[in-house]
Amino acid sequence: MWRRILLAALPAFCQSPHDAIPDVALGRRLFDSQCALCHGPGGAGGRGPSLNRPKLAKAADDAALTKVIREGLAPEMPGSWQLSVREVASVAAYVKSLGSVPVEKVPGDARRGESVYKSSGCAGCHIISGQGNGLGPELTLAGARRNAAHLRESVVNPAAYLPDGYLMVEAVTAEGLTVSGTRAAEDPFTIQIADPSGRFHSFRKSGLRALRKLEKRSGMPAFDKLPAGSLDDLVAYLASLRGN
Amino acid sequence: MRFATFALAAAVLPAQVPYERILNAAKEPGSWLTYSGSYSGQRYSPLAGITAANVSRLRVRWTKQFALARTQVSPIVADGVMYITAPNQAEALDLKTGRTLWSWSRPIPSDYQSIGFGRVSRGPAILDDKLYVATLDCYLVALDIRTGQERWTSRVEDYKPGYSMTLAPLAIRGKVLVGVSGGEAGIRGFVDAYDAASGKRLWRFYTIPGKGEPGNETWSGESWKTGGSSTWVTGAYDPDLNLVYWGTGNPGPDWNGDGRLGDNLYACSFVALDAETGKLKWHFQFTPHDTHDWDATHVPILLNTTVRGQPRKLVVNPNRNAFYYALDRTSGEFLAGQAYVKQTWAKVLDDRGRPIVIPGTEPNEQGVLVWPSLNGATVWFSPSYSPLTNLVYVSAREVGATYFKREAEYKPGTFFAGGGEVRIPVDQQWGAVRALEAATGKMVWEFRLTSPPWAGTMATAGGLVFSGTQEGNIFALDARTGKPLWDFQAGGPVFANPVSFNIDGQQHVALAADRVLYVFGL
Repeated sequence: MWRRILLAALPAFCQSPHDAIPDVALGRRLFDSQCALCHGPGGAGGRGPSLNRPKLAKAADDAALTKVIREGLAPEMPGSWQLSVREVASVAAYVKSLGSVPVEKVPGDARRGESVYKSSGCAGCHIISGQGNGLGPELTLAGARRNAAHLRESVVNPAAYLPDGYLMVEAVTAEGLTVSGTRAAEDPFTIQIADPSGRFHSFRKSGLRALRKLEKRSGMPAFDKLPAGSLDDLVAYLASLRGN
Repeated sequence: MRFATFALAAAVLPAQVPYERILNAAKEPGSWLTYSGSYSGQRYSPLAGITAANVSRLRVRWTKQFALARTQVSPIVADGVMYITAPNQAEALDLKTGRTLWSWSRPIPSDYQSIGFGRVSRGPAILDDKLYVATLDCYLVALDIRTGQERWTSRVEDYKPGYSMTLAPLAIRGKVLVGVSGGEAGIRGFVDAYDAASGKRLWRFYTIPGKGEPGNETWSGESWKTGGSSTWVTGAYDPDLNLVYWGTGNPGPDWNGDGRLGDNLYACSFVALDAETGKLKWHFQFTPHDTHDWDATHVPILLNTTVRGQPRKLVVNPNRNAFYYALDRTSGEFLAGQAYVKQTWAKVLDDRGRPIVIPGTEPNEQGVLVWPSLNGATVWFSPSYSPLTNLVYVSAREVGATYFKREAEYKPGTFFAGGGEVRIPVDQQWGAVRALEAATGKMVWEFRLTSPPWAGTMATAGGLVFSGTQEGNIFALDARTGKPLWDFQAGGPVFANPVSFNIDGQQHVALAADRVLYVFGL
């Protein structure tokens, strides 16, 4: 009997448009519990990009946004296969509602901050709009990808938030040569290291005398001696980098 | 005249792969005749041509490309032909070259949906003159092994409420057994047996007892009707006891157990079924009232060894819930068990193998951090066992997750899970191939992996263990020590199980990495 009812009910349930009617309140609850860990409360950004913008770079329209929520963005953002169609639609609706949230106000002057950036030698390791050296993460969209608090911490204590792909490693070859740099790739048998000049080195682990992962170390020096005003200005400059 | 004689002879050819050949698989190690290589579920190759001394010379002999990524196929090899599957597809390949001899496909209905799992097919089964394929839209299809033409097609269940099949069928004497996916769609799981010749269903064992049956009282209210307990990985078979062993999946909704109070039998269990009738002989539940999606849909490993001085017939299992179990396979009696991966949800197993659950580890609204993650300490991919070392080799995952509980409302054909998880950061996840004592689960060695694995293991009489990584390595370890002896960069993550067979009398190994099946030989 149950099966008969179940089967009879199927055509009505399976393709029901109700399944996809979004509920912004539900979307917010889901976002707070599963997305805010990276995107920050209210989508203000954190380890993941801020979402309080009218247009999202990797989710330009509703279909793209739904796809990103459902499938994730490799390698950092996981998909959400466990969410129902309606739940995904609800998260998408909530994320879209964030677009009307005003951009975070930060102390400091972005124009002065650009001078601090140049005089501090940041361009020696970072690229902004094609200018600089790319040893560290590109900063062209730093303000869109990270909130101001995260940017500030990254300047004064770079080891606090090591971005993916920037683990520092140190390999000692059988001949006693030490190669340090960022880990470009690793598997159980081999490791590939980018040294400070940008040159890649590939090693079989079994052939190394030592291999150390410098888990808490960043390749970037800590800029913790900047005068408070200069730090505010630098953070304001970085926060202004939103691809405009 | 000569042609006529030939044609006549072909017309009366005996069945190519009779049951006795599969039963005695160890006597023809050059073939791979059933999902796990033999009915015991050991994924052990008796071939010893590739050894620690020569494995470093392995090289690719041929490859087969697939249209879809992340193929999980475990091929069948018989009489110079390799049989493979992809979702709703099958092919016969020339074993020497990989060239396609025939192919078959069945359209996937446009309204079909995989609810809670990927579109995959883990392989075919072979028996007599037929190849058996389980389809996503829940049909069991018998193909002529010489041509790929359909001999019969049987509907196992309606795919629309969420039933599906991703597993390789299990062919035993005169019967083909299958199980179903759909544990996140509120299905009621079962194991089915079909007549191998006609496709007629012979029996069905529901993995959730119906009203009035023993065990139904372990589900509150009407929750048993939508309780999941899927059966999506191939079982094992003991011909002497005539028992089929099958693992069952999570109860549903996965992360919200409020509406299904009780142990939820026979979810997260091994069931031992009479092969003739499908009647339950015994069951053992690994995770009573599971709320973390820790399916026990593993290949049961049947092995004989000594336990506390006594020879015993065992069924063993490194479980998704992070504990290893050794059971007596004649009775289901718990003999030994211990954690083989980090876990934070149970104090210990009691003397009957029941976990003493740590309070506060069930998912809640705020989220609770628990090891292992929902994908568990290991998942569907096969462990293996070598009678030479008496060790079980398992691909182990070291991942924790914050579990959340949410409301769950059952609607046929929709996701019915009641929560989810957020895993710990990727750089804190890792994995290993671990060798465990068969009788106890005690770790003897481990080979560390950079990322949590999705590949099965295969042990060989050459003293090796083969497996793969998420970084694309296909590799061989020394079965006694875990020392790495050979590796190959396949260019894509491995989500499959290795198999081994002979080509022209020489041992080969096959394993798929992403979209490519690699065949290696010396």
